[in-house]
Amino acid sequence: MGGDVTTTIGVPREHDGQPLVAATPATVQRLVALGYGVAVESGAGTGSLASDEEYAAAGARVVDAATAWGSDVVVTVDAPDAEHVAALRPGAVLASMLTPAARPDLVDALAARGVTALALDAVPRISRAQSLDVLSTLSNVAGYRAVVEAAAEYGGMFGGQVTAAGKTPPATVFVIGAGVAGLAAIGAAASLGAQVRAFDVRPEVGEQIESMGATFVREPAAQQQVSADGYASPLTPEQLAAALDLYAAECARADVVVTTALVRGQAPTTITAAAVAAMRPGSVVVDLAASGGGNCEATVPGERVVTDNGVVVLGWTDLAARLPRHTSQLFGTNVVNLLRLLTPGKDDGTLVLDLDDPVQRGMTVTKGGEVLWPPPPVTVSAAPPPPVQAVAAPAPTAEELAEARARRRQRLTIGAALGAVLLTLAISFAPAAFLGHVTVFVLAVFVGYYVISNVTHALHTPLMAQTNAISGIILVGALLQIGSDDWRVSLLACVAAAIASINIFGGFLVANRMIRMFRREDAR
Amino acid sequence: MTLTSLAQATYLLAAVLFVLSLAGLSHQESARRGNALGMAGMVLALAATIALAIDQSARPRAATAGLIALVLLVGAVIGTWQARRVEMTQMPELIAMLHSFVGAAAVLVGYNSFLTEPHADAVHRVEVFLGVLIGAVTFTGSVVAYLKLSARVSSAPLTLPGRNWLNLGALVASAGLMAWFLGSGSVVPLALMTVVALALGWHLVASIGGGDMPVVVSMLNSYSGWAAAAAGFMLDNDLLIVTGALVGSSGAILSYLMCRAMNRSFVSVILGGFGTAEGTVASAAGEQGEHREVSASDVADLLTGARSVVVTPGYGMAVAKAQYPVAELVERLRAHGVQVRFGVHPVAGRLPGHMNVLLAEARVPYDIVLEMDEINPDLADTDVVLVIGANDTVNPAALEDPGSPIAGMPVLEVWHARQVVVFKRSMATGYAGVQNPLFFRENTAMLFGDAKEQVEAILTHVAPAPARAAG
Repeated sequence: MGGDVTTTIGVPREHDGQPLVAATPATVQRLVALGYGVAVESGAGTGSLASDEEYAAAGARVVDAATAWGSDVVVTVDAPDAEHVAALRPGAVLASMLTPAARPDLVDALAARGVTALALDAVPRISRAQSLDVLSTLSNVAGYRAVVEAAAEYGGMFGGQVTAAGKTPPATVFVIGAGVAGLAAIGAAASLGAQVRAFDVRPEVGEQIESMGATFVREPAAQQQVSADGYASPLTPEQLAAALDLYAAECARADVVVTTALVRGQAPTTITAAAVAAMRPGSVVVDLAASGGGNCEATVPGERVVTDNGVVVLGWTDLAARLPRHTSQLFGTNVVNLLRLLTPGKDDGTLVLDLDDPVQRGMTVTKGGEVLWPPPPVTVSAAPPPPVQAVAAPAPTAEELAEARARRRQRLTIGAALGAVLLTLAISFAPAAFLGHVTVFVLAVFVGYYVISNVTHALHTPLMAQTNAISGIILVGALLQIGSDDWRVSLLACVAAAIASINIFGGFLVANRMIRMFRREDAR
Repeated sequence: MTLTSLAQATYLLAAVLFVLSLAGLSHQESARRGNALGMAGMVLALAATIALAIDQSARPRAATAGLIALVLLVGAVIGTWQARRVEMTQMPELIAMLHSFVGAAAVLVGYNSFLTEPHADAVHRVEVFLGVLIGAVTFTGSVVAYLKLSARVSSAPLTLPGRNWLNLGALVASAGLMAWFLGSGSVVPLALMTVVALALGWHLVASIGGGDMPVVVSMLNSYSGWAAAAAGFMLDNDLLIVTGALVGSSGAILSYLMCRAMNRSFVSVILGGFGTAEGTVASAAGEQGEHREVSASDVADLLTGARSVVVTPGYGMAVAKAQYPVAELVERLRAHGVQVRFGVHPVAGRLPGHMNVLLAEARVPYDIVLEMDEINPDLADTDVVLVIGANDTVNPAALEDPGSPIAGMPVLEVWHARQVVVFKRSMATGYAGVQNPLFFRENTAMLFGDAKEQVEAILTHVAPAPARAAG
């Protein structure tokens, strides 16, 4: 890691409409730990409330725009414009949200510049790559913020209340699409106290929806088979019609609708103009797919619209950027994770791009003047089929099992009855003294059974030590035999008494030692 | 009022104290009182017995008193020394060893009883015979359990050909010898039976594998009780009968609970050999997949960022002696405002309740240590589960794969949590030899290495004082 050979990561200031930044002081520290030098453009963190001084304290150099853009590695949130592409050094690495599918002109310009360009928004959806997926990060924050926006617009409280001045019902929130954004919205709305209902065309996400505290709306006619790749696919016309009916019905009874449907980058219509017209005045629709044109027919991207019947439709496209502090933090961590992947030496500051790794290949848009987009498809298994079949398999045996159990119980009862009769007969032939002992014995067994059944599992080990100690009571027998005039008996009795007394002392003391260790929270 | 009737009355009092003692152990709050009551009962019983023994002594009373004082002194010194020295991770060995003492004492008392009354009636002979039989089986069984638990011999099950027939043969032989003993009253069949019973106890436990030890130890606990009860029958002593019956049923219940927790019948555990035949099948059929590794610092970030964390410890935690760093980690996380609880599977460890004792030793408050049934419904709402040294007890195959050897065993359903981190030495299978699909789940990450070192590594990334976490 010597002086001038250090690879430098440049963090430029984003354009004026973008408060986010690709590295925060906290993530700068982690980049430095990977062995890189970090050059942050002055003012880059202003929108995310991070000052130049904090960056400097974290180990970054604070530099001008040209130096930041001219670094060996440049990380940004939004794709650079033509001027900034020209400021990149040939051979440099650029990591940014390039939207390569929508911007062939940008891709060509980057290739012409000789830049290795990595699209942060093209991370393959496999579990290993989750930690560098900025789209998940942004969707998560956007889903949360969507609920906050809706709560600000909605003229009531989300949580129901019962007060001395009467009661208010909880708000009903309907969430369409249970991707990352949808689940975050469900979680946020549920934690504000709303009644949350959610729908997704993929039936396998029902469990996730319920785990976040929402009711999963089931409509088999509108839902498809389990998806093989984790993404929703376009619906058939019949499914589409059924889904639209369902959306309209749910919207009409909801106070807030959050719609997050994106099918492979496209925003299908989920809420028709007619459905909006049927909603109650004062209801709020937040359209998270506004950047893709919107799920709601009344959506105007980037605008707040109030319809004729008083429904507020929010088409904000910058929801994640409205929480810049945490979004930058999480985005910056994604960038750190990317660089960790690209730094096989762990802390030597040497960036190696391995195009045989499907994750790195999937993100690489240009390299050495060549356009490498689109990448070959990655096989993903979001829902491995085996468990689904496994769950179905044991079903037919349930009744047989019950029957077998009943038969076994019957046999047991007969056996027990027979045993009891035989035992009673056997005992009745025994001498009187023996009978008394048997009575004591049997009753003691039952007392033991009920007493021990109450012992908490946590104390089973001390219980064993304790019972061990009291079974040393056999010492009583040995002690009584010590006084015998037969020296053999005396000797054996002495040995027996000695080991039995080890048991008594050892057992009680060790049980005591263990029991003393158990303590309550407040006893510290 | 004679001394004998006074002693009888004292015995009754002692028996009541023993029952109250065990009842006291039902909850942590009353456990100390339970322990004290047991000690009090024992002191009363011994005082009465010593008085009786001296009174009935056939030789000079001073000699008898001296002998009694001597043996008690020996027992007290060794017992106290053992109890103070033992580490909590070695508790299973100690308990197994103590069981063997009861067994040996029962054998010796049985022989004495025979020697003092060589011409007794048939009932008494049956009592002597059974007392020696149970005592001998308990003795060698406990010795083998002790050797296995202390790793002095391999804990793998011994699988002799036709082992079930060997056990049965030993029982039939004993029955034959009993008939001979009843008829002749000679010491020869008694001695022969003792040899057979010693071999039976040895073989019975040798053929049971390490993971079934909780059942075996509680079973031996039960046997030691029955041995004491048998001694009570032959000595006409109700205190011994009552105490033996209490201990016997206690051990039997513990064995039953363990078996139910493993969804296996008691007989199949006792017949042994589990995990050998199935092991090869499972490793061949084991469905593999891609597992994900994480570093200690990532886990630290995950933990400090979580709202609720559940730790599920297993025998591996005891082996690595990781309970202290784990307790420290939990304390720090709780200082950060993270809700941390433990989920303990009934068969985790080598003794019933072993994990609870280890955690208590590390000063973990017992009210955050929950049982499987208490924690399972909460796992879906848990952010992070740390699986430390557990494998079969968190295996989803038990519920999802009807062909699995552990199918139907209730397990800690950790996979419902948002993130699972498994601390493990390697990708090897657990005791049951079953591949664990948990490791290949999307929300599971593996942290390889020694559990203690890894937890200590995490500790270096978690601030001890309540501080605002950066992650």
